[in-house]
Amino acid sequence: MSSDAETGAEEAAATEPADNPDREAKAERIRELLTTEGDAVAENTRGFNEGRYESTGRLDGYEELKDEARAIKEDAIERLPDLIDEVRASVEANGGTVYLADDAADANRYIREVAAERDAERAVKSKSMTSEEIEVNDALEADGVDVVETDLGEWVLQLADEEPSHIVAPAIHKSREGIAELFAERFDPEDPPETAEELTMFARERLGELIEDADLGMTGANFIAADSGTMLLVTSEGNARKTVTATDTHVAVAGVEKLVPTVEEFSPFVELIGRSGTGQDVTSYISTLTPPVDSPVPDFEAADEPLADGSESDREFHLVLIDNGRMAMRDDEELKETLYCIRCSACSNACGNFQSVGGHAFGGETYSGGIATGWEAGIEGLDTAAEFNDLCTGCSRCVPACPVGIDIPWINTAVRDRINRGEAEPGQTDWMFEELVPDEEPGGLDLATRLVGNYATLAEWGHKTAPVANRLANAGPVRALAERVAGIDRRRELPEFARESLVEWFDARGGPAVPADEATREAVVYPDTATNYVDVGRGKATVRALEALGVRVRVPDLPGSGRPPLSQGMIATAEAAAEDLYAGLAPHLDAGRDVVAIEPSDLATFRREYERFLPAASYERLADASYDVMEYAFGLLENGADPAALRAPSEGTGPVASGQRIAYHPHCQARTVGVSEYATATLERLGYDVRVSDTECCGMAGSFGYKTDYYELSVDVGEPLVEQFGDTDRTVVAPGTSCTEQLDALLDAAPRHPIEVVAPRE
Amino acid sequence: MSLADTSTFAGRLDDLGVAVSTGPPAECAAMVEAAAGEPAVGVPLARSGPAAFADSPAALPDRVETAPTTADLRAAHTGVTAASLGVAEYGSVALEADAAGTEPVSLFVDRHVVVLREADLVPDMPDAFDWLGPRARDESVDVVFATGPSATADMGGLVHGAHGPKEVHVILLRGEDAADGSDAAVDAEDDQ
Repeated sequence: MSSDAETGAEEAAATEPADNPDREAKAERIRELLTTEGDAVAENTRGFNEGRYESTGRLDGYEELKDEARAIKEDAIERLPDLIDEVRASVEANGGTVYLADDAADANRYIREVAAERDAERAVKSKSMTSEEIEVNDALEADGVDVVETDLGEWVLQLADEEPSHIVAPAIHKSREGIAELFAERFDPEDPPETAEELTMFARERLGELIEDADLGMTGANFIAADSGTMLLVTSEGNARKTVTATDTHVAVAGVEKLVPTVEEFSPFVELIGRSGTGQDVTSYISTLTPPVDSPVPDFEAADEPLADGSESDREFHLVLIDNGRMAMRDDEELKETLYCIRCSACSNACGNFQSVGGHAFGGETYSGGIATGWEAGIEGLDTAAEFNDLCTGCSRCVPACPVGIDIPWINTAVRDRINRGEAEPGQTDWMFEELVPDEEPGGLDLATRLVGNYATLAEWGHKTAPVANRLANAGPVRALAERVAGIDRRRELPEFARESLVEWFDARGGPAVPADEATREAVVYPDTATNYVDVGRGKATVRALEALGVRVRVPDLPGSGRPPLSQGMIATAEAAAEDLYAGLAPHLDAGRDVVAIEPSDLATFRREYERFLPAASYERLADASYDVMEYAFGLLENGADPAALRAPSEGTGPVASGQRIAYHPHCQARTVGVSEYATATLERLGYDVRVSDTECCGMAGSFGYKTDYYELSVDVGEPLVEQFGDTDRTVVAPGTSCTEQLDALLDAAPRHPIEVVAPRE
Repeated sequence: MSLADTSTFAGRLDDLGVAVSTGPPAECAAMVEAAAGEPAVGVPLARSGPAAFADSPAALPDRVETAPTTADLRAAHTGVTAASLGVAEYGSVALEADAAGTEPVSLFVDRHVVVLREADLVPDMPDAFDWLGPRARDESVDVVFATGPSATADMGGLVHGAHGPKEVHVILLRGEDAADGSDAAVDAEDDQ
């Protein structure tokens, strides 16, 4: 890895204190997790994710069900204080007790009192993330209570003294062999269990004995209906059922956000939760308990007594509702939607990075995966959230996966913004290069964040000073310095800036080529930063293709969209960019021109994030008028444009000619906004044979893969693409700049934008 | 319920690996006899499931111990209970945790034999929760919607019987007054 050119920087690094020991430690941790847990996590999460697509695909009215679920949560969180009062009344009317705990310590104190009053020697628990959140096991064990997890995966972790790595399937990072070794070590059985069946039966028997003579049963609650005090518990193993049935004292621990107004409102969640999480249509057991439950308590110590002797059981029920920051989240505009979360884990399973390293890399104190930033920021604070917030690349694939429609990347962006502003670490040092980073952010921001966030300015500077900038940028000492100071990994090739920008080329060419009176439509091709200064070729191809289809095209000089600063959590800068760009586009919109985006992440910004930045009317106007270039080409063909004007597969070269067969990797954000299929449709219409990758994200997502702490992770996330397209003889196309860079690095394929394949030759 | 619901329900149970026997209430005991392993414990049909079972000729065979001790429960291979409702779209059965012990009898065994009236099938989940809502509010019922056997994939492969039963067998009782030949023929074909 070392070369002469880098020696100077390495010496400098050796003589100075490390600039960023955290960064090195994080990179090392990720490498370790990739090696130890990556394979098991990848297999499980990708399986769950595929299951989600299959199961939700079979469901009629999936989107309507999601809307219904979201509406219920919106309403419930709005009315939360009233629902808390109502559930207290209904649970007490049933003979149970409700305790509203301010925080973890308060909840634990109450639960310890309940255990002490019942002289509980053993508590059995059904997996509950909320009880992980308050760390009740430690609190009870401090009082000498034996606490046993009954979820098989959770029990394995308890034996191994590890934390859950996944919200729903806590031990997916452990292999069957690893579990077999653990059991052999802990129990030294005569005939050590090895197969999944043997391991399961071994656990069932051990746990069965422990459950039988337990005194206290603890569960979470997936939902609680305020009107009746009924709680919904979802499991596949049946451990929640046994935990409740076998013990005479039931303590349910739940965040206050689990309340919904009525039992009838459980219905959409029952249909969504299993499908979203593991791809099961419903889980095996959906318990709807209105405790204390009516079952007799089996007394396994008095085995000859009748199970049901007709006497009233003396069951007790305690509902411990936990605030622990939630009521404050309810008042926090950006974190509020976190409370809509139903803990299904769909966001984790849909996430490329999670699929590679799992929850232990994401892990805050309790929660993991995409939505965890919101939970950790609200419950533990920004310091904890900051530890893993970076692992969200903003690819947005969790957005359509979320059954309650939470914009999870936005929560990550908002938290990132707060971290940037020093709300997590007020002692951040001041910034030195203000002229290169003319952003709207306060000083003290991390250098890598700021460099990437000001990419538009950097690229313009690079273009103006090319080729000097290009030579300089890829020179060893500069790369070493960039890596050391800004965390830009030297293994990545940096984009090469063009000497003539797209806008300059278009002006030099003489502006629009299609006369106004002959044009079918008029369009502005948006010269995004990457297209304008780096990948000018795809911009020229767009102009050629649209003109061939009869569109009068303009390429005005327009500012950046704000996507790079947005990806870095620099919200004020992104918002200013949105306003500037809208001002630049407004005259064109007034003139009835369409806006055509080449870079899918920019289109996604117009259609998604601009809703937060622009006045409603402006946002709608731009969103309605803007198109992905392949979507636009498809629309033109649908409306009578002549496909012969575009480039069809070359003839006479045989059916396997590479020009005829395409391997297409759709952009993650284009998939989320629903435009990725237009490239396939257009290519197929022209006679190309298209093979589409189904990976959620290439792993590069904006600047992510440039960062030296995430380089290996980025490459690992791209592994499925290598598996699918690694030795293809097809022409590889990808519309996003980041995808192109990643595929180029992984496949050595120099992919092109699909518009470059179909545009007439120069 | 409609023939379509019965057929959907049976189809879903088949997907879940759940065996189904269909017949009139008078044949309930014989169907349970065939489905239950040895030893078997149970809850009398009149004391679990819908009140309508009290007037029904449906019964359990004598060998099912309907007043089990906890030792009987622990030793039992099969537990027999009634279900109050079936959800056709998902193949789920609604088991009420009652004072007679439906919950432990259906849970602490290897095979659960469920007796369900066809008349108590509803098409989908919203129907099931419309049924549950008033009962939860007025009677504080505790209901588990059980769909297939207990399952886990935590040990590196799908295994049935992690905590609950490894197998489920549904006895679906056709209404007494709907015993016309055509229905019976269709059901018989479904059973093949």
